[in-house]
Amino acid sequence: MSYSTKVIDHYENPRNVGSFGKDEEGIATGMVGAPACGDVMKLQLKVGKDGVIEDAKFKTYGCGSAIASSSLVTEWVKGKTLDEALAIKNTQIAAELALPPVKIHCSILAEDAIKAAVADYRRKREEC
Amino acid sequence: MFRSVYLDHNAATPVAAAVLEAMLPFFAQRHGNASSRHEHGRAARRAVDEARQRVAHAVGAHPTEVIFTSGGSEANNLFIKGAALRQPAGTVAISAIEHPCVREPARALRRLGWRLRELAVDDQCRLAGADFSAALAEQPALISIMFANNETGALQDVAALAARAAQETRGGAWFHTDAVQALGKVPLDFRMLNAAGVHALTLSAHKLGGPKGAGALIVDKRVDLAPLIDGGGHERGLRSGTENVPALVGFGRACELAVAQLDGEALRLRQLRAGLERGLVAQGATIFAAQAERLPNTVFFALPEFDGETLVARLDRAGFAVASGAACSAANPQPSHVLLAMGVAPEQARAAVRVSLGRQNTADEVADFLRALSATVAQLQALTSVVG
Amino acid sequence: MLKLPVYLDYSATTPVDPRVAEKMIPYLVEKFGNPASRSHAFGWEAEKVVEEAREQVAALVNADPKEIVWTSGATESNNLAIKGAAHFYAGTKGKHIVTVATEHKAVLDTVKELERQGFEATYLEPQPNGLVTVEQFRAALRKDTVVASAMAVNNEIGVIQPIAELGELCRANGTIFHVDAAQATGKMPLDLGVLKVDLMSFSAHKTYGPKGIGALYVRRKPRVRLEAQMHGGGHERGMRSGTLPTHQIVGMGEAFRIAREEMAAENERIRMLRDRLLKGLLDIEETYVNGDLEQRVPHNLNISFNFVEGESLLMAIKDIAVSSGSACTSASLEPSYVLRSLGRSDELAHSSIRFTLGRFTTAEEIDFTIRLLHDKLGKLRELSPLWEMYKDGVDLNTVQWAAH
Repeated sequence: MSYSTKVIDHYENPRNVGSFGKDEEGIATGMVGAPACGDVMKLQLKVGKDGVIEDAKFKTYGCGSAIASSSLVTEWVKGKTLDEALAIKNTQIAAELALPPVKIHCSILAEDAIKAAVADYRRKREEC
Repeated sequence: MFRSVYLDHNAATPVAAAVLEAMLPFFAQRHGNASSRHEHGRAARRAVDEARQRVAHAVGAHPTEVIFTSGGSEANNLFIKGAALRQPAGTVAISAIEHPCVREPARALRRLGWRLRELAVDDQCRLAGADFSAALAEQPALISIMFANNETGALQDVAALAARAAQETRGGAWFHTDAVQALGKVPLDFRMLNAAGVHALTLSAHKLGGPKGAGALIVDKRVDLAPLIDGGGHERGLRSGTENVPALVGFGRACELAVAQLDGEALRLRQLRAGLERGLVAQGATIFAAQAERLPNTVFFALPEFDGETLVARLDRAGFAVASGAACSAANPQPSHVLLAMGVAPEQARAAVRVSLGRQNTADEVADFLRALSATVAQLQALTSVVG
Repeated sequence: MLKLPVYLDYSATTPVDPRVAEKMIPYLVEKFGNPASRSHAFGWEAEKVVEEAREQVAALVNADPKEIVWTSGATESNNLAIKGAAHFYAGTKGKHIVTVATEHKAVLDTVKELERQGFEATYLEPQPNGLVTVEQFRAALRKDTVVASAMAVNNEIGVIQPIAELGELCRANGTIFHVDAAQATGKMPLDLGVLKVDLMSFSAHKTYGPKGIGALYVRRKPRVRLEAQMHGGGHERGMRSGTLPTHQIVGMGEAFRIAREEMAAENERIRMLRDRLLKGLLDIEETYVNGDLEQRVPHNLNISFNFVEGESLLMAIKDIAVSSGSACTSASLEPSYVLRSLGRSDELAHSSIRFTLGRFTTAEEIDFTIRLLHDKLGKLRELSPLWEMYKDGVDLNTVQWAAH
């Protein structure tokens, strides 16, 4: 498998790795994928009172492309509103990272992780 | 050290220095398995890909049309049995002068219900037109006609035969040609042949300065083939087994060299052979298939009244390595099936000797050979007259 | 100074031993005759060394040289053995075949092809340690079992099947017993004078010989017969036609001679290195050895690293050349079928690494490998949400995954 230089860069120096503290305010978590499929992505968003994503963190179990896709997404969502974040499409991720066809599912998973995190945020707001 | 003059290049050839040089790194330092995903494996894969391109380029084929095998015999078996297994039993037509590795798989098909039709040749080792027409009327499903005969060197007009076959069977036959002896000696253009109706071509490395243990089937992808060797799915699933990287690298390099040198070398060999044949005729020899278009390096001849086996054994002792028939069937005391098919009398066929020239041979060696032959004949005559 | 990447993939292929390469080269260049040429010294010389090599191959496994048939490699040997015997004896014995689910693809795909041709097959699932039991095998054999095939040493996990006992069962049942020994030569003693094995496949390039050459042992007493799979000039007593590649055969002979002479000492050295690697890697939390550690060749260590994904692990450790799954199937993203049939979960099968050691492996390389794995696993687990959950005490089996 030959990876693009951007994938290798994100894989070797992943951005925003980690988890937010359990009691921090405004944290939304999206977890997608399954171990049996070979990828699990956890994306966390820290959303400010104005609805803008202030920070993001991720952890990913998966191949280099999955790690790179989620790392890239944490960079892209920062400073965006939730709706702007939802507008990020897997095709943009795949294009940015020059993912080969067999790795497109990694970008889809990253898009799904954003959707799951935003849904988690909105659900929590409704519950309040 | 005394070294014989080697005049049996249709049996095997020495590996050219440049070919050996290309192969050597792949034994020890660059030894990866081409299926491994790490750097050793990827380097091996690149080498195999490059070899595939070189072989394809040498015969005007696309790299994806190249199926690597362990040699010509396997490639012939793969085509004949592989194509037969994927269709209902029908008729397989082969020329009467095919190498055993075409003839025997074709005969083996009879157990699967196939009919075998052998195509006659004329006294010049050329396919007999009338018999070919009669055979085509039987609508064969598989046809295999060798490009160049290993014994006489006679060339068939494969493109024309394939075109006729395509027309008269209305495209219903797969047409294959064993081009093992032709590669590197005469131009081969699979695109042109394919356009005429040839669907597959067999090649081998060790007849053109490459190593033994590598060959290829060049095959039109429309031909549905069953693999002979299952497991692992190498070569698009048509031939499983770890790629023989050094041999394939050598095969690729040998093809490249042979094609680059083909025109000059063919001319040189033709001139050498002309001198050889003049000398042979002067000694009373009959040259088989002399009227046919032939490979530039091959002479198959007989001197009356001398057993070919005896003659070649004496020539070997005199320092000249020649053949009495095809290497593969040399254990077999039967006279050459090729000569019998040409209508040569068995006693004359038993006298046959094959000289096949190669890159290292010189005019001096040819002259030495002619002198040695004449001396050997004189000794044998003395012997028979004493006994007689 | 360590040369990178460190090669720990000796079960995929071995480098040609320099002593072997040296023996081969003259047969490419000056002694290039076709062994089938009977009319001159070039041919006789080639034929002579082919027969010497046949003796060397036979000697490693205590066979008669007449029982050795040259092929292009173990894949072809496996095809010739199984198809050849199945076709020859189907009419008299029957059309049932027994094999093991963890065999090499060259055996499994061959048996599948025979199934397409109307044979019936039983694939035995091994125990969690990778071994089939004698009882399982006994239960699978039927009156019409024509051929049984089991490998001596598994290519992925290195376990040694009980071929001596399986051979006894087959002999008693009148079943032809084939053993794929591609991974066994030079790694364990094989005595065909004692083993009730009828057909055995060998490869040169797994034992420091060249690629493109292998052999099939075909027993003479009691005589085993085969239907040829490759027809032509009648080489190899009609069992396998095709020009014999002299240099490769000479290489295989020399490689097997060296194996016979050096196996005992070499395997002890490799066992020490393997144990050092094992200890160093088991120091890492949540690692699992795949396959039995006792009934196993010393060259192989196959370990699953929990909570990291296999492909990213391979990418992280590209300074060592190892494989996940076998070389032949690792182009696909499917988890190893061998590990799955041992009952390993997909996750553990995905994150398995096969380390195979060999003649040129050094202690320095092993220590480098241990350090590399510790370092990279730490990083990947830092990235892994599964590791985090595990550390938080979450039972991953109870999680509802949003499978896609």
